[in-house]
Amino acid sequence: MSDNNYNMSRRKFLRYSASMAAMAGISSVLPTYAFAGFDNREVLTPKGPDNVIDLTIGKMPHQVDGKQGNAIGINGTVPGPLIRLQEGQDVLLRVKNELEDTTSIHWHGILLPFQMDGVPGVSFDGIPAGETFEYRYPVRQNGTYWYHSHSGLQEQLGHYGPLVIDPAGEDPVEYDREYPIVLSDWTFENPYDVLAHSVKMEGYYNYQKRTLGEFFRDTKENGLGDAVKDYLSFGKMRMSATDLLDVTGATYSYLMNGRGPDSNWNALFRKGERVRLRFINASAGTSAFDVRIPGLEMTVVQADGQNVEPVSIDEFRIGIAETYDVIVEPKEEKPYTIFAESLDRSGYARGTLAPRKGMSAPVPELRSRPKRSMKDMGMKMDMAGMDMDSEETGMNNMNHDGHDDMNMDNGKMPMPGMPAPPVRHGPDHHGIGAAAIASYQFDRLDEPGIGLGKDGRKVLVYRDLKKLKPNIDKRKPQREVELHLTGNMERYMWSFDGKQFHEVDGPIEFKHNERLRLTLVNDTMMEHPIHLHGMWMELENGNGQYNPRKHTLLLQPAQRISALITPRDKGRWAFHCHILYHMERGMFRVVQVADEDGGIYGQDYS
Amino acid sequence: MTIIKRALTFILTVLAITVIAGSSAFAQKAPEFSNDLMMDNKTYVYLIAEKLEYRSLNGIDPLMWEIQGFVGKDINKFWFKTHGEALTTESEAEMEFQGLYSRAIDPYFDIQGGIRYDLAYEGGANKSRGFAVIGLQGMAPYFFHVDGGMFISEDGDISASLEAEYDLLFTQRLIGQPIFETSIAIQEVPEWGVGSGFNNIGLGFRLRYEFVREFAPYIGFNWERKLGETADMARTGGHVSNLSLLGGVRMWF
Repeated sequence: MSDNNYNMSRRKFLRYSASMAAMAGISSVLPTYAFAGFDNREVLTPKGPDNVIDLTIGKMPHQVDGKQGNAIGINGTVPGPLIRLQEGQDVLLRVKNELEDTTSIHWHGILLPFQMDGVPGVSFDGIPAGETFEYRYPVRQNGTYWYHSHSGLQEQLGHYGPLVIDPAGEDPVEYDREYPIVLSDWTFENPYDVLAHSVKMEGYYNYQKRTLGEFFRDTKENGLGDAVKDYLSFGKMRMSATDLLDVTGATYSYLMNGRGPDSNWNALFRKGERVRLRFINASAGTSAFDVRIPGLEMTVVQADGQNVEPVSIDEFRIGIAETYDVIVEPKEEKPYTIFAESLDRSGYARGTLAPRKGMSAPVPELRSRPKRSMKDMGMKMDMAGMDMDSEETGMNNMNHDGHDDMNMDNGKMPMPGMPAPPVRHGPDHHGIGAAAIASYQFDRLDEPGIGLGKDGRKVLVYRDLKKLKPNIDKRKPQREVELHLTGNMERYMWSFDGKQFHEVDGPIEFKHNERLRLTLVNDTMMEHPIHLHGMWMELENGNGQYNPRKHTLLLQPAQRISALITPRDKGRWAFHCHILYHMERGMFRVVQVADEDGGIYGQDYS
Repeated sequence: MTIIKRALTFILTVLAITVIAGSSAFAQKAPEFSNDLMMDNKTYVYLIAEKLEYRSLNGIDPLMWEIQGFVGKDINKFWFKTHGEALTTESEAEMEFQGLYSRAIDPYFDIQGGIRYDLAYEGGANKSRGFAVIGLQGMAPYFFHVDGGMFISEDGDISASLEAEYDLLFTQRLIGQPIFETSIAIQEVPEWGVGSGFNNIGLGFRLRYEFVREFAPYIGFNWERKLGETADMARTGGHVSNLSLLGGVRMWF
């Protein structure tokens, strides 16, 4: 599976550790992955001949900017400790549950026997209160990952942490110092109340809706005719132009490594160092953060734990569950703000990259709240970009590219560097669970996303991601599976193909070792980070054999993208939107990878 | 000899199976497929006092309420609705209760069917009547909240009513709500002051301030005019048209 070789020499490992220690300025002989600044939090490395790591899940008080809340912590911290593994190890992670409810840990992005994947009801029964579960698996990859609860809404309460795996071979990324940066959202409310609020009232947490005042400003800016037309077209579709996030800064504080913006998390550096920042979006409800460090260019070197060809950018959007590693090289002895705005601009997480502890740099203003466009509603715009053709918005029965269609050669593969032409939606409108469909679907691989890219900053787009080493499976797809992301904001129902999880009576079936194209179409007007457990999705972004491998794909509204998959690990795997509340409201599926005899057991690690 | 051999083979086999099954975590059986893992089929309970208000009207100053709620899942629900008026100056009240089965038929609309029960008190006497109800409730294009019903009384009289509301945001918390109401009847029911044809139209406007989403006091006005035969009946006993100022609170949980 892994592209990297396995035979890590012990000596290399020791030399690596030692150099790490020297860089961090620590002379201890004990495990030396010291991350100065990760709140001096424990860094857990496997111990003893069995490579054991012990984790304890329990309730704990957690302070956010001076206010006390109740969290679920791992080994007493939020986020949980940094777990640092080595590619090639067989590890044993013992997880003790000190909660009153069942819990679990899912190792996000890790390829492992599916019984170790940590999804209660899919891969195992969960960890009952008071009991300990032993996760055992061989570590067959490297990079930045994370882990989190897959039980109920525990993740919202702090049950997540970073996981870094060092490569068996040489790390192609050179750096002098590194920090994991876990971005997350925190609420003092009970997460079950948060969910109930959204179910009972559409837009409960949206305090950035369009008002009468905004209407008048829009008429002044765009003229009365265009403004009215714009408002009417959203009205006609019963869609809100400000549907950006369900749960917002109205209840959330945004955290950087567990700290609120006022608590100013610090990462230290020395002038001239190459600092590797390992960003992880561990949010429950904040579909994306937009991250920048004013005054510093960032070079993206890894996405979802996979090395990519370095891309220099000013800003990137990170969807829930995605990870991006960037290198920064501060040339001046001064503090820099690490600024992560929520997609809807209702708040931010913030920390400081500083030469000395306790420093801070100016914190940028939040940018203005963006609004949805006709394109986000799946409509084709004319050249002026304002108009919409009413003919195109209604039903269309021209099914050029039918739902679940098995046809291979319909020109879906984008030409390198070129957006694929828009695709029309099929006749299936997905029923009550889908308030809308994207009549036209766009590849949007060159678009950074709503609210980005119009201010002169260079923003990362999916097209930029190019894997460092070619993918191994060069086969053409033998089969195609198409899934539509659907939702009804008014009823707060979320689903695939209009069906909530409780409405399906079996898993989506993948064949062991087949070459498969998974096409995802976002029929909703919101972003969804879609996560497939247990196997890579090679995003077809026009880079051929260098298409990036992702465990989570952030889909923009009305976007149609595809990924090639080779399901190498048999078993049952979860597949879902990583917005916790969307998953719980039905945007969840089980994927079953079985061999020809229907077997899902017995792994082949050759 | 053969017995020992057999026994040994058996013991070794059992041992081998035990070791293989026990040694490897990979041998663990996973749970059977279940679609009952998420909260996507959960029952919710919702109750909203859309209107709970005091009106200043020709010295009779009624208290008025409109409360509804449901118990149910995304598609199927039981809806409960009540609205009514009680005079503060006299012992006089009129109220209506509905119990409805509700089913989503569209992303935005529910069809509802059930029963309605009307009750009226006037100076110690009271009267009541029952109806069968079929209705439609949901959000129409351009964000109009619509609630319409058709009623057949126990005496076979047929009538219908419609209410439409719209939320107009002055700010994120200061929200104006224009309301339009009308009702229509086929047969006249003089005992209840109902004429045949259009009975009335009502226009209202309420301005609420959402301190929190669940709690919003409001002020506003309501204008109502009785029409046609209904108006003729009203002329003999009271007012055909009235305008009232009102204040109240909207809350839900």
